Amino acid sequence: MLSPRSPFINAISAARSRYRSLGDTTSIVVIWTVIGALFVWAVIGETEALVIGIVTGSIFALGAIGLTLIYGILKFAHFAHGDTMMLSAYLAFFFLTGTLVGTGQTDAQPLRWALNDLPSAAEPIFGFSFGYGLLLSMVAAAVAMAIILVVLDRLIYRPLRRRSSGIVIFAIASLAVAISVRSVILIFWGPSPRFYVRGIRPTTDLPFDIRVVTDQFFIFAAAIILAGLVYMLLFRTKLGKAMRAMSDNADLALVSGINTERVVTWTWAIGGTLIAIAGVLLALQSQLKPELGFVLLLPLFASTILGGIGSPQGAFAGGMIVGISQEVAVTFDFLSPGYKFSVAVVILIVILLVRPRGLFGAPQR
Amino acid sequence: MSTVLQATGIVAGYAEVEILHGVSISVQEGEMVAVIGPNGAGKSTLLKTIFGLLPVRKGTVLLRGEDVTNQPPDRIVTKGMSFVPQTENVFPSLTINENLEMGAFIRRDGLRERLERVYDLFPDLTDRRGDRAGQLSGGQRQMLALARALMLDPDVLLLDEPSASLSPKMVDSLFEKIGEINRSGTAILLVEQNAREALGRSHQAYVLAMGENRLEGKAADLLENEEVGKLYLGSDLNDA
Repeated sequence: MLSPRSPFINAISAARSRYRSLGDTTSIVVIWTVIGALFVWAVIGETEALVIGIVTGSIFALGAIGLTLIYGILKFAHFAHGDTMMLSAYLAFFFLTGTLVGTGQTDAQPLRWALNDLPSAAEPIFGFSFGYGLLLSMVAAAVAMAIILVVLDRLIYRPLRRRSSGIVIFAIASLAVAISVRSVILIFWGPSPRFYVRGIRPTTDLPFDIRVVTDQFFIFAAAIILAGLVYMLLFRTKLGKAMRAMSDNADLALVSGINTERVVTWTWAIGGTLIAIAGVLLALQSQLKPELGFVLLLPLFASTILGGIGSPQGAFAGGMIVGISQEVAVTFDFLSPGYKFSVAVVILIVILLVRPRGLFGAPQR
Repeated sequence: MSTVLQATGIVAGYAEVEILHGVSISVQEGEMVAVIGPNGAGKSTLLKTIFGLLPVRKGTVLLRGEDVTNQPPDRIVTKGMSFVPQTENVFPSLTINENLEMGAFIRRDGLRERLERVYDLFPDLTDRRGDRAGQLSGGQRQMLALARALMLDPDVLLLDEPSASLSPKMVDSLFEKIGEINRSGTAILLVEQNAREALGRSHQAYVLAMGENRLEGKAADLLENEEVGKLYLGSDLNDA
């Protein structure tokens, strides 16, 4: 007996076969036309939402690049990506303020030391809301997160690799890590939202009557620079080429004499750095909130798959497209801002139907 | 003549299944050795086990007299043995130049000289060094796979069915190239389905059957051997 299929599933398979018949070239042309049209429309009609979208998009892009690198080399969906981003943001908060809030305690009891206590570390620089203390904290969080992820790999993922476990086992293990990491955040810093800097944030006026929070320039610049560094790493250095080689064919990489375990360790370290900086930028853009990381998984996976899973350039483009679409979409009257993340779900479903390998993905063999 | 590679009494397989039940082979310096046998005889398994991709359950592998039994491939590569898998033996999204660089990953120095030497041997690849390997034809891919394995100038090269899925014309030029590599001093251990071609070009040969040594000797003698002819060269068909 066949189990009855829901009308929704029927509609999806019908849509799937219809779009399949469009062919590969047609689908990509259609997708880019839609994206281009939306972009032009956003430039003309919703410039402010577009600017915010670019900022959101650059955070998504950094997260998605990390996700796609880990997928490319380790071949599993890293469900702990969002939560480790948030943990990094809290680590930076801890380094900055020395604040830990244990369970049951109502207010922060700062430790004796904090980076903000350094001479004039909290004084705003370049018109931003924060001082160099936050930059140092971000770097410290990146180092800490690189070490944490390498240790997690040794404790959890490497034993699974040795047993040649399937991708589902890896994905579930990373989900367990995600839940544990969120609990760690709740234990040390509690459920209430926190901010790196309190008070009103300085803004800058751009042409066309657009006013942006000055910090957003920093977020955009940091994301672009970091994405550029990852590109240089992957295409100009021996380690990066070995990472791409392993992503292509891990067995052949081993046969060529590449120490694949060492490449994996470096991947976690680089992934940890990207996660940490994306996390701090996210918290700077919105706030520190324990569940924010998990919520972010959807747009991150949408960005990664839209760009073509395993492709760093694709992840960057995907992150930007999802970020902009999401901010521009909620300017429609019928869509309340609460539905922001549903835009990512729609993009995810459409791309899986129309072009599962994404914009820049390699053809399926 | 000294022995480059000596595998003795190799027992190996996948998970619960034992495929090799004590196979022994040896390769002398500068020699080309063919391993032939029917499907499922364990030819490819033998190469993978020698190269450390599958665990050796019993037996030893000596490379220039040094015990490399159960060492990981990235260690074995440093000791002068290289391996070309049968399929998926290039990195498709990397350029040809990058593929070759990966072949010399474990060496810090002399990349330029190594590249020059390998490009001299494979002039067809020189003009396409910036192209992605995924764009190459089947024959060119096999050449690139060979070139990658030669980047470290190995003492012995293991080839797993290099002629599989190539056109007869490509098979000829590939074997020409393999012969050229061999004459330049690299010993070759070759597993082949194409037994006539392999025996015609090798010095020594082994016939494996059911995971055991069946016959061994000079390749030319095996080519004349009645049993080999019947089973693997299809000569009774030709005579009929």
